[in-house]
Amino acid sequence: MSEPIQYSDPQDEARAKAQAERLAAAWKTPTGWRYWSAVNNTEVGLWYTGVSFLFFLFAGVLAMLIRAQLAVPNNDLLSAETYNQVFTLHGSVMMFLFGVPIFEAFSILILPQMLGARDLPFPRLSAYGFWCFIIGGVFVCGSIFFGVAPQGGWFMYPPLTTTYQDGLGADIWLLGLSFIEVSSIAAAVELIVGVLKTRPPGMRINLIPLYSWYILVVAGMILFAFPPLIAGDLLFELERAFDWPFFDASRGGDPLLWQHLFWIFGHPEVYIIFLPAVALVATIVPTAAGRPIVGYSFIVLAAVGTGFISFGLWVHHMFTTGMPGISLAFFSAASEAVAIPTGVQIFCFLATALAGRFVKSVPMLFVAGALAIFVLGGLTGVMVALAPFDFQAHDTYFIVAHLHYVLIGGMLFPVIAGLYYFFPLARNKTLSDRLGRIAFWLMFIGFNIAFLPMHFTGLLGMPRRVYTYAPDMGFDVLNMVSTVGAFILAAGVAVLVWDVLRPKGRQPYSKRNPWNAGTLEWLAEMPGRAWGSRSIPIIKSRYPLWDQPNLMRDVDAGRFYLPDAEEGKRETLISSIIDAEPIQCLRVPGPTFLSMLAAIFTGGLFIFATYSWYVAAVVSAVLALITILIWLWTGTAVIPEKPKKNIGLDVTVPLYASGAKSVGWWAMFITMIGDMSAFGSLVFGYFFFWTVHDDFPPADAAGPGVFWPLVGLGLIAASWALTLLARRCNVRNHAAGFYGSLGLAAICTVAGAYSMWAGPHFSGLDPTTNVYPATVWVLVLWCLIHLSIGLIMQLYCLARRAAGWMTAVHDIDIRNIALFWHFMLITVGVTVAVIAGFPEVI
Amino acid sequence: MSENLSEQQRSGEQQAPEAPPQERDSLWLITFSPAIWAVHFLLSYLMTAIWCAKVAGRSGALGDIRVAVGVLTLIALIGIVLTGWRGWRKHSFGHATAPHDFDTPADRHRFLGFSTLLLSGLSFVATIFVALCVVFIGSCA
Repeated sequence: MSEPIQYSDPQDEARAKAQAERLAAAWKTPTGWRYWSAVNNTEVGLWYTGVSFLFFLFAGVLAMLIRAQLAVPNNDLLSAETYNQVFTLHGSVMMFLFGVPIFEAFSILILPQMLGARDLPFPRLSAYGFWCFIIGGVFVCGSIFFGVAPQGGWFMYPPLTTTYQDGLGADIWLLGLSFIEVSSIAAAVELIVGVLKTRPPGMRINLIPLYSWYILVVAGMILFAFPPLIAGDLLFELERAFDWPFFDASRGGDPLLWQHLFWIFGHPEVYIIFLPAVALVATIVPTAAGRPIVGYSFIVLAAVGTGFISFGLWVHHMFTTGMPGISLAFFSAASEAVAIPTGVQIFCFLATALAGRFVKSVPMLFVAGALAIFVLGGLTGVMVALAPFDFQAHDTYFIVAHLHYVLIGGMLFPVIAGLYYFFPLARNKTLSDRLGRIAFWLMFIGFNIAFLPMHFTGLLGMPRRVYTYAPDMGFDVLNMVSTVGAFILAAGVAVLVWDVLRPKGRQPYSKRNPWNAGTLEWLAEMPGRAWGSRSIPIIKSRYPLWDQPNLMRDVDAGRFYLPDAEEGKRETLISSIIDAEPIQCLRVPGPTFLSMLAAIFTGGLFIFATYSWYVAAVVSAVLALITILIWLWTGTAVIPEKPKKNIGLDVTVPLYASGAKSVGWWAMFITMIGDMSAFGSLVFGYFFFWTVHDDFPPADAAGPGVFWPLVGLGLIAASWALTLLARRCNVRNHAAGFYGSLGLAAICTVAGAYSMWAGPHFSGLDPTTNVYPATVWVLVLWCLIHLSIGLIMQLYCLARRAAGWMTAVHDIDIRNIALFWHFMLITVGVTVAVIAGFPEVI
Repeated sequence: MSENLSEQQRSGEQQAPEAPPQERDSLWLITFSPAIWAVHFLLSYLMTAIWCAKVAGRSGALGDIRVAVGVLTLIALIGIVLTGWRGWRKHSFGHATAPHDFDTPADRHRFLGFSTLLLSGLSFVATIFVALCVVFIGSCA
């Protein structure tokens, strides 16, 4: 495949060499201490992956502590309090700092390669997400060394965590992990736009790698799953810090609201962890079988179908909370239905493996192990999805066994398969086949010895989360067996870690495309180049390296798109969503410390707030805002030196696009969808209280009135209309109209925000007295935060045009903020309808 | 690779250029049926929850709300079938059959249709699963 390139004459060769040098210079990775300013996906993806694995190992050590404590009855290795911290952190870290981030990490690393793109569209956003992740993660993990780690279980149920646990633990959990959720949403935005807009020409929607389908679905799920938790965290922290009684039953609150919000996040989250791992399986199996996947459309069905149905399962974590049987039945039905798409994809993998000429490899070994374990976990899942069975098994070790079978089979084993498979791509060397096999068998056997007995321990009645148990209850032998198994599993992980870390200096580079795969990421040279692919190819097949003759040679010779960087700038190709026709040449930003700084200051906001150092938190927030504004001002919507550019093969595309054609507009749209789902969760809270409590709103409670909210809505509607008018004036290059309307819009925004605040303020609503005023206030607070952002955006656009960075043609900024303001109007409109109109008026 | 073999085995007619379909394709269509399932699921849950909390009481009968869920189910199933029919029409465009993996507008069109059809099938079954709850359960207890 990689035969020497033949050039027709020496001039061609010289030109190709000069092109390659310019390209290498544009994409050069910074060296020395500036290395940490890199934002390219190859660096950020690698750091992200490495740090996620470190958190995995940390949580793994915690798991060993748990198993050591439970090995024998009445053990006193750990105190009850330490044990609570250990298991809480084990679950939280595995879920929030390994399960979700590892998918983002892998995707940032390999998705651009898979799409033949040079980078994702927002490299600095990826870097910001990474730095947020590491700061938040270290903060949360570090708490255990000071004995202040959270101890309420990974789902932090109130009132345990609001009334019965003092200290900072719950705050560290709430604020530390909310902060990390920011990075997940950043990654979701990046990956959706990446899959939809940075595909190589010809890669129509029916040809995209299955991995991208899964990533698209999962990133979409993040937008609807994480925001409810952020909303829940906001309510929770308001209760802990300011005594707003959302979950306090004595003042009309309800702890079950937290369970709803947590599990609306928590159940889809299981699939957010599981689907990307299946995506790795869908990538590895066709390579190992040497043939295209069987049932591509069926796998798309499975990915999209699971994505939807997984949102109808959350109450199956709440079967024992006393909800009406009919409510449980709906969720039980959906829990059974989700087994259909899950099963479909497994049959597709088996069919592919059976239909092809199977090549044995370590990745495939882990895939096989994954399927075996996951199927067992899936079957116990169908059992616990039945409410009557769950009543018996709830909160016992049966659930612990079930969830570990699902997560280790559905996520850990595929991820390790992916690690072996993609390691040559990331580090240019292959991992050891022999060590891989040893690691696999230790892990597979150890895992089953550890977790199979837990089904029986659970059915015998051992509850989860007890730090010890009395002898002679039938738990002794089973627990000892589980502990032995867990240490065998850990030995397997240790072998794996050694394989990754062992010095490989004398080992030769891996050959190109070592597994004979068919997808584009294996175009990568060994050792890899920072530019990704030498030129961006035209794609005609789902497995271009198998089906398109001489593809690798032509790509290397720079015979496709963007083989050069004449202007010395980093560029990638933007294409249309359905047919991947090239529509823009996007300049992507290079190395900067701004992303890291912005993450440090954002981290300060959350970390200082944990300790109630509000002045420091506000200072940090302002610094974060300033940093982000500098980042936006200097690095986004840059006006290019010429309108169009020839990208090769006689195709000329624009260098600048605004509105729905630009990637920034899509990022704003996607972010606001996530924002809407957080807001929707708060509104859900209001109606939840109304549904379950007869005294919501309390009979004697004064509401915020109708007058001020309506005035607020009127002013905000005016601000919205004026913003749209400003966009129009800008396009027509009517400067006075632009400045006049946008300036007036900003004034309306301030006045509108004041009116929104005035409603509950002047009617004397005190959020600490009862859940009703607290809920009204939280909706108003949400509007006020968004109005501040909307105001900053309006002022930013005024300044941009005044500074000459925005013109009638180059109008990305005003178009994006107009989009924001559509959502702003919806937010304020719904808030006013709820707080002023319901239930009195409607 | 075997992919090449299977491509060669297909008749030349299938690979011949076809007039691309006139209508514009969009990714949204494949999400229609599962979205209908989601709306049906949410409304069924909310309607019965509010009924049990506000109208019938915790030990009351589901009564009329079962009929309401039934009507809702009927509407949802019709919507899903229509979406599936639309998908089937797209899938059957021209002469080619699955896997719809050629680099042509026609195959992209067929692929989106086929995926829509498959998701409609799944959504149909999942909607019936949800509706069965009110068939078997008659009270709020």
